[in-house]
Amino acid sequence: MALLEIRKLTRRFGALEAVKDVSLAIEAGEFFTLLGPSGCGKTTILRMIAGFDAPDEGEILLDGVSLAGVPPERRPLHTVFQSYALFPHMSVAGNIAFPLEMAGKPKDEIRRRVKETLALVHLEEKTESFPHELSGGQKQRVALARGLVNQPRLLLLDEPLGALDAKLRVEMQSELIALQREVGITFIFVTHSQQEALALSHRIAVMRDGRVEQLDEPDTLYSAPANRFVADFIGKINLLDVEVVASSKARLGLRAAGLGEIAATDPRPITVGERGAFALRPELVRVFGRRESADLKNRFEGTVRELLYLGDVTLYKVELADGCVIEAMMPNAAPGRAKFHEVGDVVTVCWRHDAGVYLRN
Amino acid sequence: MSAPRTQPAGLTKWAVTLPPTLFLLAFFLVPALIVVVAGFRETGEFGGLAPWPQVSLDAWRFLLGDVIYLEVFARSFLVAALTTLICIVLAYPLAWLIARSPKQRRDVLVLLVILPFASNFLVRIYAWIMLLGPANLLYTPLAVIVGMVYAHLPFMVLPLYTNLEKHDPALLEAAQDLGANAWTRFWRVTFPLSLPGIFSGSALVFIPVLGMFAAPELLGGTGDILIGNLIKEQFLDNRDWPLGSALAIMLTACVLALAGLSAWAAKRGMHGTEAIT
Repeated sequence: MALLEIRKLTRRFGALEAVKDVSLAIEAGEFFTLLGPSGCGKTTILRMIAGFDAPDEGEILLDGVSLAGVPPERRPLHTVFQSYALFPHMSVAGNIAFPLEMAGKPKDEIRRRVKETLALVHLEEKTESFPHELSGGQKQRVALARGLVNQPRLLLLDEPLGALDAKLRVEMQSELIALQREVGITFIFVTHSQQEALALSHRIAVMRDGRVEQLDEPDTLYSAPANRFVADFIGKINLLDVEVVASSKARLGLRAAGLGEIAATDPRPITVGERGAFALRPELVRVFGRRESADLKNRFEGTVRELLYLGDVTLYKVELADGCVIEAMMPNAAPGRAKFHEVGDVVTVCWRHDAGVYLRN
Repeated sequence: MSAPRTQPAGLTKWAVTLPPTLFLLAFFLVPALIVVVAGFRETGEFGGLAPWPQVSLDAWRFLLGDVIYLEVFARSFLVAALTTLICIVLAYPLAWLIARSPKQRRDVLVLLVILPFASNFLVRIYAWIMLLGPANLLYTPLAVIVGMVYAHLPFMVLPLYTNLEKHDPALLEAAQDLGANAWTRFWRVTFPLSLPGIFSGSALVFIPVLGMFAAPELLGGTGDILIGNLIKEQFLDNRDWPLGSALAIMLTACVLALAGLSAWAAKRGMHGTEAIT
């Protein structure tokens, strides 16, 4: 049985349906992420799990028991808020002791657990400090420690890294992964950052307009997006409108307007004449000079219109003969890499027949 | 850490700070010194002060020698403390309600709180005479307290409201999420964070009540006089300026001692709440 089960959850705010018929099952020990742009309903779901909001339809079950009517203070789960919401009048130790005091734990146990948890988040020397004396990263750790100290069944994290600067955010990501592995508590993480979601999660539910668009492991989401929205939201991608012109034994022939035929693969039975999109990651596209050889099936000639040198890689925007633009990402230190292509160079872009994904409309 | 504030150039600084400094020197510090000196002078033949340079401790001997003055002091502090306490109890829910109401309505509600100031203070006290008289409560200690609380309630509501309005609602959600029920949320989060508001409100009520003479004179009985009445009496009726001055000095000294004590207590007990006020 799943630890947390969400069944046909719907929440309306006036005419707006913030969450539409969402069903999810989250397993014990999982790092589960709700990912989506702002307003997609991810925070509303989190607030309903925490008990600050109630669903209009559907139910939430913890260990198979409905949470309906259980107030937030009696749910065995804690939340790490985006603003941290540390109590400004309590020391770090006081903040972390709070949930233990609420649970009526004896004094010596509280002291021991606070000490252990402070060690877990590497804040032993800040025990007596007050929140206004801490840096952003330290506040973040206190908030995490406060959420974890009473060993909740579930820890809900509402964009907890949103207020940190880029470098610190990456550091905290590693710490979060290590922490979750160490304590073994189930995390439900809400974020709008696809990079964060991919880096941290065991499974990700991508949400849009109150619905779950795709629920998968990070690598599946990235390499096999279920639809245009997911493909576009996660990472960089080329999206071409195509029509299926040939289909046999998992091999597809796709025609993109003006581009000619693209060879692709798809295990699903697909009928000729269907319309959809062809999604292709830029790092799977190769760019060659005109005289270089490239014996790949999909090859199209074009002109480099723009290039972005990013250090490890270079991102080319190549305009093909018919005006459509393909983005290609080439590593700068690849073996046999002869030279850069400059803006205005005539080049050949090519990719393997199984590099892209056909998305049905 | 905030960036160091830019210091205004010498001349500008003087031009800005000199007028208020002169004003305070002329109309606060000098009169205060006159009162202090007057406390150690003799009464003149026809009241006021005897000609310079007689110096005497008569006023102090008289003041400290008669237990009645000590009684009035004690009663004044009791009335002030009681008024402050009642104001806290009455103002807290009101301030909380205003702080929790929708933004557009808050300004109207605050306006309603200060609206009584639009009519003259004495008129409002006389209104209480009309109300308390038929109820047979006039000229009792209770009437004095009612008048004091009525007159000073807004001074408690406003700083409390200003404080409560700034509380981050996420803190209460966090407390609830971590297992605190409504009662605990109030006593562990809202109340400690509102202490700065309670302190400033208490200062704004306690100190004026100590010196107030109109309300006890109009609403209280003969046994209900407070220090304010006593001081006023010495200056205006008995024309015993040294005694009046000595009483005023005593009062100021007591208030300053109390303010110092509460500031010290606040520093020890309210760590972290400065982020709120």
